[in-house]
Amino acid sequence: MTTAAINPNNPALGIERSPGLWSLAWKRLKADRIAVVSMVIVIAFLLLSFAAFFGLIAKDWNKEIAINYAPPTLFKDSHKPAADLRPGAATDAGPAVDGAAAKPEFINDRDPLREVIIELKAQLGQSTGAADSGIKIVDPLADVLTELRKQLGRTGDGAANVVEAKRLDYLPFGADKWGRDVLAKVIQGSETSILVGFAAAIVATILGTVLGAFAGYYGGKTDDALNWFYSIFSSIPYILLVLAIAAVLKQKGVVTVVLILGLTGWTSIFRLVRAEYLKHKARDYVRAANAIGASNLRRMFVHIFPNISHVVLVQLSLHVVLFIKSEVILSFLGFGVPVDTVSWGSMLNESQNELILGYWWQLAAATVFMAVLVTAFSLFTDALRDALDPKLK
Amino acid sequence: MTTPLLSIKNLRVKFRLDKHNSFEALKGISFNVMPNQTVALVGESGSGKSVASLAVLGLLPKENATVDKASSIEFEGKNLLTFSNAQKRALRGSEISMIFQEPMSSLNPVFTVGFQIEEVLKEHKGLSGKAARDRAIALLTEVGIPEPAIKIDSFPHQMSGGQQQRVMIAMAIACEPKLLIADEPTTALDVTIQKQILDLIAALQKKHNMAVLFITHDLAVVGDIADHVVVMRNGEIREQGAAIDVFSTPKDDYTRALLACRPVVDSRPKRLPVIDDFMAGRADAMRLEQRSRGVKDSDPVVLEVKGLCKDFVSREGLFGKRVFHAATDVSFKLRKGKTLGLVGESGSGKTTVGLTIMKLHDATKGEAWFEGKNIFAMSEKEFLPYKKRIQIIFQNPYASLNPRFTVGQIICEPMIIHCIGANAEARAKMAFELLAKVGLPEMSFYKYPHEFSGGQRQRIAIARCLTMKPDILICDESVSALDVSVQAQVLNLLQDLQDEFGMSYIFISHDLAVVKYMSDEVMVMSEGNVVEQGDSDALYAAPKAAYTRKLLDSIPRGLVATVG
Repeated sequence: MTTAAINPNNPALGIERSPGLWSLAWKRLKADRIAVVSMVIVIAFLLLSFAAFFGLIAKDWNKEIAINYAPPTLFKDSHKPAADLRPGAATDAGPAVDGAAAKPEFINDRDPLREVIIELKAQLGQSTGAADSGIKIVDPLADVLTELRKQLGRTGDGAANVVEAKRLDYLPFGADKWGRDVLAKVIQGSETSILVGFAAAIVATILGTVLGAFAGYYGGKTDDALNWFYSIFSSIPYILLVLAIAAVLKQKGVVTVVLILGLTGWTSIFRLVRAEYLKHKARDYVRAANAIGASNLRRMFVHIFPNISHVVLVQLSLHVVLFIKSEVILSFLGFGVPVDTVSWGSMLNESQNELILGYWWQLAAATVFMAVLVTAFSLFTDALRDALDPKLK
Repeated sequence: MTTPLLSIKNLRVKFRLDKHNSFEALKGISFNVMPNQTVALVGESGSGKSVASLAVLGLLPKENATVDKASSIEFEGKNLLTFSNAQKRALRGSEISMIFQEPMSSLNPVFTVGFQIEEVLKEHKGLSGKAARDRAIALLTEVGIPEPAIKIDSFPHQMSGGQQQRVMIAMAIACEPKLLIADEPTTALDVTIQKQILDLIAALQKKHNMAVLFITHDLAVVGDIADHVVVMRNGEIREQGAAIDVFSTPKDDYTRALLACRPVVDSRPKRLPVIDDFMAGRADAMRLEQRSRGVKDSDPVVLEVKGLCKDFVSREGLFGKRVFHAATDVSFKLRKGKTLGLVGESGSGKTTVGLTIMKLHDATKGEAWFEGKNIFAMSEKEFLPYKKRIQIIFQNPYASLNPRFTVGQIICEPMIIHCIGANAEARAKMAFELLAKVGLPEMSFYKYPHEFSGGQRQRIAIARCLTMKPDILICDESVSALDVSVQAQVLNLLQDLQDEFGMSYIFISHDLAVVKYMSDEVMVMSEGNVVEQGDSDALYAAPKAAYTRKLLDSIPRGLVATVG
């Protein structure tokens, strides 16, 4: 879509290209301290979610590696790990054995039997078969159950974990109801949230920009029709629209959430882009483009678009923030990502029940991650807008 | 000897651009304004004339402007630079007042003009209610607004440009100031209106015993009214003296260049002398070489327009519509290698004619014959190959170039659209050649339009048109936004290109002198109608229509004609 690639470094001349809008904006952005800090944070989040996407980290978020509701490392003293609340835990893993193995910090320093207990525990820990045999004593079907678990493959090694490996007593960010690492979950969740945020914002921006360009540029009947469409869209309550689209798409998944957000979120971009095109189409340079014979599409996207691209970029950035928040809300309400994926919203949803029991770390992790990213991204958007604003030159 | 009312001594103003760079806008200027005297401050854009006037009013932007400590601006013996903000405010409006270039943007669009005048009276004279209103009506009467008792309740947009400027003047003289600063008060107005406003300012100056500091880029304008002329360039005073001396025996080369580079009605040198010519001392020889104009019947006709009509329809209410006749029954023949001048005041329909020929507007009625085909009857697609044959240069060079394109992209764009040149390199090569032709350095290719001055931008626009080698070039007020010296350069360029390529021009302008200089034939338009058309020399020598005569009379000649 760009005009001819002209060799800027003509050997005969040896001069540099003048800085364009983008290089100037980049210069201004670099000079802004807040912009740089927020940019670093955003990039860190992006790297994190890329790494998660390619399975480099937090791949095993679904593994139950710790005891249920294991507390964060920093707060291990103030929070007692609770008894296993898993339904059927009593028959499953044997509370006596598992519980004993999982609570070393429960030892009272003044306990006269302390030494004995530690020794006992060490013995239990050494003999891998101890837990197994313990279960077998209680549950005659334990072997069958283990076999079944393996075949189902739901928890895969988890079954072995449950039975064989020692579960951790605490984790850096704590564990959830199933003993899954909250840190891994929140990283995996940021991957989902950022993916959804960016993808939906791109969908919405493309939709809004293209429709806005047509409405603003052509005006007249095209504009009327698109405005009607826009008005209808924006007159339906948001959640209702989301439900309707979810019902039409008939399946839950990340793609569905992206489509829902993208299809409902283009309206404000549409209005802005339309206004910009209305303004620009009457400008002399567009008239000049008409005079030299540029077609309508060429005028719209080759001549006008570079002049409004900064507006679109700022909108894109704004909508990423907006959609990350929207995804959280949707998942919290249960319209979001399916249960087999984790997102900040679904974490918040789970923490609803945990909070009553006093397990706050899942809520804290999801909230802090989200708040940091959203704040950094918003600050970055503001800085971007300032850097791109031609009036502030 | 009387003491001066305003005495500016060694005024230096610096603008801070960024951390390390600053720009010296005024490099130590000194001049006096005597009571009851009109002083004209003349200079082209960037000369610092407006900065001087803002310094007097204390309106320089505080963030980046600094006035040198050794400078002084004395008004009635008191140094204004030492005044507090409150003192300055009390002075502004009552003792010193100002009128600006753009009356439309200087008046608040949401208040009636009466309200705005009354506010000045309330602020500085303590008048209110009926007294203020009566005084406002009296002021409007004084500045020559018809039916002042009715017009006082109208909003700025309901008035014409000339009337708005009158309202601004009424506000400025409301408190009977001792000094009136007029910053390009007539530049945005038509010639006939300009003359009226100049007469009004001169009359008011006599009546109220004001001193006037008149700032303008156009020496010709001040010839009629100024007592004392100060010519500025690049923040320095080049020459000052009594108006009659400056006009009749200019000492400075720059002053002489300013006086001569504006085309005049009664002389047509082959090329207009520009400032460089004066500096090199070859201007006098150039003035002797005259160019003859006019068309012969044997000249081939390139474009023939018959009965062109253009109506604009605006919807009013539910079913009603209002038709505005922008151009009615315009017919002319354009001959090869010749220039047709199109003159008229704003709203006369001259630009509409230009845009309709380019099919940027659809003609309501009429025919335009180009190479045996009626281009008005063509569809957009059929017209496309002809589009490159007829090109246009717009008025505002700041708006007509895409700010996000480099000059190279701007010039190559038409070649890409019309498939001129085999590949990017061939196009770039052509672009370099054209840049050289319009007198721009090669490195311009990689720059953006905002890095160029107005005259250079207009050259870029011309280069863009030349890529398509048009037969007809429409110049829509193409030099109106430029300084006189730059205007002369662009006019010379257009003339050279016409000589070289044999293009036909349709030259649209409100400036009768420029049109006279450029044109072989002239067509005078008013309110969408052709008032008079014919050979340019004949028309200017003996105008038949009353309207043409009125236009010609309004050309500010001042003392310029005696110099020419």
